[in-house]
Amino acid sequence: MTPEEQEQLKRSRRGRNIALALVLAAFVVLFYAITIVKVGTGNG
Amino acid sequence: MTATVQTQTLQAEWRDYFALTKPRVMSLVVFTGLCGLLAAPGNIHPVIGFTAVLCIALGAGGAGALNMWWEADIDAQMKRTAKRPLPQGRLRRNDARDFGVAISVASVLVMGLVVNWLAGAILAASILYYAVVYTIWLKPRTPQNIVIGGGAGAFPPLIGWVAVTNEITLMPVLLFVIIFMWTPPHFWALALFVKTDYAKAGIPMMPVVAGETATRRQILAYSAILLPVSLAPWWIGGTGVIYGAAALVLSGVFLALSVPVAFRRAGEDDRMKPEKRLFGYSVLYLFALFAALVADRLILGQGILE
Repeated sequence: MTPEEQEQLKRSRRGRNIALALVLAAFVVLFYAITIVKVGTGNG
Repeated sequence: MTATVQTQTLQAEWRDYFALTKPRVMSLVVFTGLCGLLAAPGNIHPVIGFTAVLCIALGAGGAGALNMWWEADIDAQMKRTAKRPLPQGRLRRNDARDFGVAISVASVLVMGLVVNWLAGAILAASILYYAVVYTIWLKPRTPQNIVIGGGAGAFPPLIGWVAVTNEITLMPVLLFVIIFMWTPPHFWALALFVKTDYAKAGIPMMPVVAGETATRRQILAYSAILLPVSLAPWWIGGTGVIYGAAALVLSGVFLALSVPVAFRRAGEDDRMKPEKRLFGYSVLYLFALFAALVADRLILGQGILE
């Protein structure tokens, strides 16, 4: 593997990790909101 | 050989995974699903409603990824699809499959646990229908594949509606039937101007198998059926006059645009203008019809009386 390819691989892995982190964070927020709603309306 | 080497060394970008979910198809899915949800009688908390639409979108994305996993070889042979991540070798095929299964399962579980299990069950059925019944089983075997595939695209408004009501009534089934009848003329109009590609890939698309004339006649037949079907929600009293008038005008124009398509033959170097016009209009049609459905409910508040 050439240094350029190594660099490219690192970049795309970093991009995937950031994307996954954002998705997971969004789900944490969503499930928190769902919990509040469900507990609040007593439909839990 | 470069492509093979790249498959093994270069890792996929997040955009490649995003592309697997067919974002452009998803925009229509999210829109019709949201419209089904907004037009349904009853109330749903905005957070739960958002979750329902998100699950519909995730399910559609998972089914799209499974479709691309299965059809990677076919996609590679067609100009329209050759740039997808799998034919380009930017992603491993099994990774696409696992990604598709993972978000499909997650979407069904979240829908069932957070919204209701009837909506979750219909979502699961729609994913299996698209990924297995349509993609794997029937698409490569019958020229009626688009009619069958249309069933998959017809699920979102039904799921959105059931997310609110937790029961299947005539209205959401009619919304399903509208999209079901809309898909063949929508897709065959496209197939008429890209048909050479499907012939090359060995997919028995209607214009390739039954011939151009038969396809054109069937476009007209479905457009003619679409007119009364789209008016049915108004006739049964499920909507008010706003939707009724919109459906009449929109479906009337749809029928009028399909007449020239039905009775002509493409010559050498034909620019296929009537077909492209019908295809372009068909996308606008679906957005406008479902927007009218929601506007009707929000302005006239019909469903509340049920």
